[in-house]
Amino acid sequence: MYDMKALYEAESVSEAIQLLQEHPEAQIIAGGSDVLVQMREGKRAGAELVSIYMIDALRGITMEDDGTIRIGSLTSFSHITKDPIIQKYINVLGEAVDMVGGPQIRNIGTIGGNTCNGVTSADSASTLHAWDAIVELTGPEGVRRTPIKDFYIRAGKVDLKPAEIETAILIPKAAYEGYHGHYIKYAMRNAMDIATLGCSVNVKLTENKERIEDARIAYGVAGPVPMRAPHAEEYARGKALTEETIDIFSKSVLEDINPRDSWRASKAFREHISQVLAGRALRESIRLAGGEIHG
Amino acid sequence: MEEKGSVLGKSVKRVDAHDKVCGITKYTDDLCGKSLVARVLHSTIAHGRVLSIDCSEAEKIPGVVKIVTCFDAPKNYFPTAGHPWSTDPAHQDVADRLMLNEHVRLYGDDVAAVVAEDEVAAAQALRAIHVEYEEYPFVLDVQKAMEDGAPQLHEAFPNNILKHTSIRNGNYEEACKEPGLIKVEGWYDTPTVQHCHIENFICYAEMDKGRIVVTASTQIPHIVRRVVGQALGIPWGKVRVIKPYIGGGFGNKQDVLYEPLCAWLCTLVGGRRVKLDCTREETFVCNRVRHAIRGHIISWVRPDGTYAARKLELFSNQGAYASHGHSIAAKGMGAFPQMYPCPNVDADSYTVFTNRPAAGAMRGYGIPQAMFLFESHTDDVAKAIGMSPLEFRQKNLMPVGFTDAFSKNVLYTDSYNQCIDKARVYMDYDRKYKEYAQQEGPIRRGIGLAAFWYNTAVWPISLESSSCRMVLNQDGSVQVQVGETEIGQGADTTFTQMTADTLGIPLENVHVISCQDTDVTPFGTGAYASRQTYVAGFSIHQTALLLKERILDYAHELTRMPTAILDIVDGMIVRKTDLQVQMSLEELAMEALYSLSHSEHLTAESTYQIKSNAYSFGCTIAEVEVDIPACRATLLNVINVHDCGRLINPALAEAQVHGGMSMGIGYGLSEQLLFDEKTGRPLNNNLLDYKLSTFMDHPHLEAEFVENYEPTSVYGTKALGEPPVCSVAPAIRNAILQATGVAVNELPLNPHNLFRRFHEEGLV
Amino acid sequence: MADKQYKLVTCTINGVRRQTMVDVRASLTDMLRNDYQLTSVKKGCEVGECGACNVIIDGECYNSCIYLAVWAEGKNIRTLESLMGPSGELSDIQQAFIDETAVQCGFCTPGFIMSAVEILESGKEYSRDELRKLLSGHLCRCTGYENILNAVEKTMKKRLAMNHEV
Repeated sequence: MYDMKALYEAESVSEAIQLLQEHPEAQIIAGGSDVLVQMREGKRAGAELVSIYMIDALRGITMEDDGTIRIGSLTSFSHITKDPIIQKYINVLGEAVDMVGGPQIRNIGTIGGNTCNGVTSADSASTLHAWDAIVELTGPEGVRRTPIKDFYIRAGKVDLKPAEIETAILIPKAAYEGYHGHYIKYAMRNAMDIATLGCSVNVKLTENKERIEDARIAYGVAGPVPMRAPHAEEYARGKALTEETIDIFSKSVLEDINPRDSWRASKAFREHISQVLAGRALRESIRLAGGEIHG
Repeated sequence: MEEKGSVLGKSVKRVDAHDKVCGITKYTDDLCGKSLVARVLHSTIAHGRVLSIDCSEAEKIPGVVKIVTCFDAPKNYFPTAGHPWSTDPAHQDVADRLMLNEHVRLYGDDVAAVVAEDEVAAAQALRAIHVEYEEYPFVLDVQKAMEDGAPQLHEAFPNNILKHTSIRNGNYEEACKEPGLIKVEGWYDTPTVQHCHIENFICYAEMDKGRIVVTASTQIPHIVRRVVGQALGIPWGKVRVIKPYIGGGFGNKQDVLYEPLCAWLCTLVGGRRVKLDCTREETFVCNRVRHAIRGHIISWVRPDGTYAARKLELFSNQGAYASHGHSIAAKGMGAFPQMYPCPNVDADSYTVFTNRPAAGAMRGYGIPQAMFLFESHTDDVAKAIGMSPLEFRQKNLMPVGFTDAFSKNVLYTDSYNQCIDKARVYMDYDRKYKEYAQQEGPIRRGIGLAAFWYNTAVWPISLESSSCRMVLNQDGSVQVQVGETEIGQGADTTFTQMTADTLGIPLENVHVISCQDTDVTPFGTGAYASRQTYVAGFSIHQTALLLKERILDYAHELTRMPTAILDIVDGMIVRKTDLQVQMSLEELAMEALYSLSHSEHLTAESTYQIKSNAYSFGCTIAEVEVDIPACRATLLNVINVHDCGRLINPALAEAQVHGGMSMGIGYGLSEQLLFDEKTGRPLNNNLLDYKLSTFMDHPHLEAEFVENYEPTSVYGTKALGEPPVCSVAPAIRNAILQATGVAVNELPLNPHNLFRRFHEEGLV
Repeated sequence: MADKQYKLVTCTINGVRRQTMVDVRASLTDMLRNDYQLTSVKKGCEVGECGACNVIIDGECYNSCIYLAVWAEGKNIRTLESLMGPSGELSDIQQAFIDETAVQCGFCTPGFIMSAVEILESGKEYSRDELRKLLSGHLCRCTGYENILNAVEKTMKKRLAMNHEV
């Protein structure tokens, strides 16, 4: 039994917003795989909860008229992985969330919860950063959209205003069209683990597949929040598909990332692995995009 | 009719499997029903003294029934190790425990307890209790704890040394002066790890006619009875302990954990039922862990690959309380002069208190640590003298005929070479060893070998006895009871096979009573030391023969045939001279119970005291792929081969080996309980952050056997429960050494330790 | 403390429509064990890390320890107790766990079998590596997972062969 003060259940977005206005101290619970665990640990003990888990309108993936991919915030990881739109256009996101925890966690865990908890290690976060995802938030003032990099404020803190809930994640067509990506989760186990480091890369090659037209790279756990590595991205643009390109790209990430020493891993270790993953994820992305790397 | 004796050596289905796959098997929590809930308040400092505890806010919380603190707890010091009691005070376990502690010695020590109507009220009360501490300096490192001026944990043990024992064979100092010797020296280190049985420790207590009944998830019900009596200062007969099915133990539940506290709390609330259910986080810290052992080995080797002299120092991290204490390091050290016999050996082992969780028994009992040290060093020695690890072992491992002067154990067969040869064939070791000898590039493979030494049961260190009762039913079936316990390993099934074999009745007519109840189960000390088939075998065999004699005596009355020519075969009374069936055992049992002229309930009960012990040897070969830039070793193939004597149930034996190998893989590659250097706080005491192997972290586990009938054992068996965990980690370490040339001497061989070592060696 | 808050929860459990008042603080594990005596649902960590409390909800597996009981409203929930036939006949996967010696202490067994049921009901054929991933939400300390994998794989193959014949 959980030590909660009260539970308010919302069946619609408007009801959720209203409940959050009525109970300003209340915390939002989606799938609960973070909230309930923290409540049991005592961190959130005694809290009031507004459950949005029963709002089925927030589930599912659709393609909007302008080609934007819309992922309802309560869509579970396993449903994202199995979704045909995801598989066709941004399969790497499906692959990334297929590495969260284990099968049961992927059935309960939601992409909204994974982003709103503001954790740098979230497996969805680096890939969403790499895809220039937009976060859709709905609150008393209506709907607003914010780029995911602005959504993360600091470790554990996101730009969620009072009585606001995340309603969707959007991937604009311009962000994914022509891009191919790869995510590497570096963890201590092959299942039921959190990332020691996560690295997501996607690339767009020139038409002749000789050069990199654009590359994006994002990390989880390379800093307090998920982050891009703009120096490496800047370097990669227009470069030929060579070992040297991969090598310099990998080293360039050090100019941006800022991992810390913790009991989970040392800074030196994370810096080393960041470079290894950058190279490997770029290499695989180029391969998926149909490119060939030359000596 | 099947041939007599054929039930031994057959892979019959587990007797408890049906109920377990249906979910109807009852474990402690399933039996408990409505109860009060007890929770323990743990210290938030690693070392210090409780000055005061303010429970006033907590007491106001609705649903709180009782709060007690360390100032209320009886001052009856008690030991917790699941060892047989010794009537000689000099051989008794160290009694350094109280149910709640004013002097706290680890982050997570027990300082107060709450009894409440439900778990939420109990949790709220714990958060509302305010404890004021006087903080002392603390020490986590085993060697730092031995230094003069280190924080002292227990007054009676200067420099925190719980015990120091030595072996002095020959003359080490003189022998190492021999000209031409090569000196090989190394430090090796193993981490604190935990058992991680999936059922956490749980017990509940209630009073019945002035006695305390404790139902507990334990391996050692009769020992729990004794310790609850000692802790509460009440006669042992006032305590009744019931052990239902348990969800794994692996040695953690071979210790008395919270049963005394739960029993005491029950007495404080009028004998109402009180349940104490550890969380996973508590299980990691407030139960027991495996001793982290650090070792230093110096070997003086001749160029021909023979040992001239060897020296060993072991430093065993006991944690805050004595528990099984020095027994673990002593067992590990004991293997040193035996496994690779050498005339000149100096060995010293120290067991030292630190402010970590108390270390106790865990599958292997010091041998997994010792084997990591010894078998890693063996490869280092072979490398130093340019001999292959296989050839070096073939030359030096314990030879046939070796006899240990202390235990009187004899190596009757060439178990080591037989096991190693079988493993070599499966792994294609010789070819791969050559193929992997010279490699370049970022991804490399290696193959590693490690053997292990183990001995069965605890004689002559401690008492070894087993008691058994058999009761004949009207239908010719029997109930069997022993004090040795089913903890998941399959003991009930092998006991069933032994009984059926010796008594001559069908398997389905043997009902082993799985639940031990100290009021009715014959005395036995429980499941540990891989002793179940060896030790219980003697008493089952003896009792079955006793019952058989009584049955045949009664058959003589009915048939007028001399008992000497009667036998029981497949549940029938048979005349041996012509194999003619005289009557069924059912007919005999009905007559015996209901006869108007001679009614007798045919039963038998006996104790067998065992004064022998048996070696149980084997090996692991592991093949790894090392991704050097990613600092990761992946286990590709692994095999364990064991000589555990005759296999009573090959399928169950194989399953035991799988489980042990899995634990060995975790020990080798990923598991480690971490502590904050600044506060002593445990950092990863949960199943997410503690890296127990998952389904995706294993290759296929190959388990094979060499069956040499153990001559000292009544059924030809010897240890198997613990041995499978012992040689896996060093085999992986040696495979990484072959792949990369880098010796990684600190477990686990996880990316952090590989990064550190690869960086030191210039590979990354 | 505020007054306790209860909610009437109606759901289908093992094929039977059930209704009970639950404390909103209860987990689904609490409800299944305490209100319905479905003690195959085990508690091993209570934070979704071990899989011992796994049940099937509307066809998908969930760790019931981190699933609020009130969310069961309207759902179809299945536990291990549902697998036996009306006269106690074992299902093929239960029999396979016995035959393959995939059971030791038995504490993780109910959760594993329910994940196996979801896998088998998909009607798909999986490789051993895929099965490992599909079963990776459960921890077991006794078996090294080896015989569990064998039990699930053999049952999968048997069912696929039977479907093929039909």
